[in-house]
Amino acid sequence: MDTQQLLDFVRGPGLQFAAAVFVLGMVYRMLHLILLGRKKNLAEPRGGEWGPGLRTIWHRSIQSVGLTPRGHFIIIVGYVFHFGFMITLLFLSQHIDLLRTLLRFSWPALPPGLITIAAILTIGAMIALLVHRFTDPVKRLISDYQDYLTWTLTFLPLLTGIMLKQGIGLGYQQMLIVHIVTLELLLIAIPFTKLAHMLTTFSARWYNGAISGFRGVQS
Amino acid sequence: MMDYETLGERLAQQGVSRRAFLKFCTAMASLMALPPGTATAIAEALIKARRPSVIWLSFQECTGCTESLTRSYSPTLESLIFDMISLDYHHTLQAASGTAAEAARETAMKENYGKYLVVVDGSIPIGNPGYGAHGGVSFVDHLQQTVKGAAAIIAVGTCAAFGGIPNAKPNPTGAVSVSDLIKDKPIINISGCPPIPAVITGVLAHYLTFGELPELDELGRPKSFYGQTIHDRCYRRPFYDQGKFAKSFDDEGARNGWCLFELGCKGPTTHNACATTKWNGGTSFPIESGHGCLGCSEPHFWDAGSFYTPLSAPTENIATVAAGAAVVGAGVAVALSAADRAKKRRAQQAHEKMTVKDL
Repeated sequence: MDTQQLLDFVRGPGLQFAAAVFVLGMVYRMLHLILLGRKKNLAEPRGGEWGPGLRTIWHRSIQSVGLTPRGHFIIIVGYVFHFGFMITLLFLSQHIDLLRTLLRFSWPALPPGLITIAAILTIGAMIALLVHRFTDPVKRLISDYQDYLTWTLTFLPLLTGIMLKQGIGLGYQQMLIVHIVTLELLLIAIPFTKLAHMLTTFSARWYNGAISGFRGVQS
Repeated sequence: MMDYETLGERLAQQGVSRRAFLKFCTAMASLMALPPGTATAIAEALIKARRPSVIWLSFQECTGCTESLTRSYSPTLESLIFDMISLDYHHTLQAASGTAAEAARETAMKENYGKYLVVVDGSIPIGNPGYGAHGGVSFVDHLQQTVKGAAAIIAVGTCAAFGGIPNAKPNPTGAVSVSDLIKDKPIINISGCPPIPAVITGVLAHYLTFGELPELDELGRPKSFYGQTIHDRCYRRPFYDQGKFAKSFDDEGARNGWCLFELGCKGPTTHNACATTKWNGGTSFPIESGHGCLGCSEPHFWDAGSFYTPLSAPTENIATVAAGAAVVGAGVAVALSAADRAKKRRAQQAHEKMTVKDL
């Protein structure tokens, strides 16, 4: 198999496989959680569930009063990472080309210079979070291999994407293959690692708020 | 055949001035990225060079490579240089036919054994000998017989170099490239569908000057012509860097000459000299005419998805596969949940309440 065939494979059957694993895994995990069949709570409800649930989603997404400097750092850098990642993923014209073939609609791209800045900020935020994970004693204690694996799998598409765009390292064809492979590895890993939080985060927050609401506790 | 005649004598006969010849040598040196001083060395070597005997074999091909070489450049200096080789066998160009043609080939081989060049255009079918034959001799045998005494082989065009269109899926004739069959001779691949004429003459000039083939890339192509991608040298590259893309062939972006990446241009993954050497005597090249690069100088370009699919988009249907995977995922979740609930129910039924007697 030569380089051209390898590129055809990762753009074709390779991507089909990765997308199939990603969708199958995510649908299975979400539906399985929903169908777990929780016991009906027979106690008298002391409040609503929807309001407190939505409030918790909101509260846990913003800077709370009384956070320690470390808490502020995590929230700010976390935001930089998540927004930077989404901007890079959703607004680079080449990524829109890919998404258009899946979704049958598209949206305007941002200028490549802006995307490069977003990607560099995202990479910076990821490195800052990794350094924090290494240096903070509590964080280090509760981190296991999966935290480092998911960090690496998220970091690689960003790094190879910047290298591809800026012409660093290998030739365009080889770099494009490496970039697509890193994306495929990430897609395959998402449903079976902590990265599945991309779907479960908000439902989990809502659930926490809803329990408090039912019990009449401030959420 | 006049193989005693040197190129210098032949050029003088044709009325080519030394100035014109030196200009050609300088252009060749620059084209092949050789140091400026080598132009004189090329001139001296070429002047003294004996016309090498060239046997041109055509197999599964469309004659586009010959068309490219002979028609587009005539009557420039390149085509004169083409005359300067002793072309002893070429189906399209030779006057002789049948046994007379084959006799010319055999004579050229005998008289120049170990020194002649074999140029091949077209791929070779190995599925069945009957798929292609010259005078009752299959293409495979014809190639193997002819290259026995060759100094080197030049595979002209993507079909000879990589299998090309006959090799495209499902490859009904079992078409292969020259390098798939011949392992014991130096082979130079001049890919392209067709290749740029100046690249063919450039390689011949290099061979006549240095007596050896130029530096090749990992696919056997001369690095001086195939060292960079079309994208690297494209005059529309600044638009790519600025994110300005034509979205269709007649929108404002297309009229403004913006980058054709989103219309499927394969320039970023294609190594060739089109963007610099250009075609039709330096007139233009496909991107300059408003169409994206097809990637014709790369192996398997015909099977690399649609010519109009951007490089960043998938070549296969992802949406249907993803929809199927969603259905399977949902089915697995429902089945496992049902099994979990059944297990819970069985546990509840098997549960025995503690009685006073137990205490």
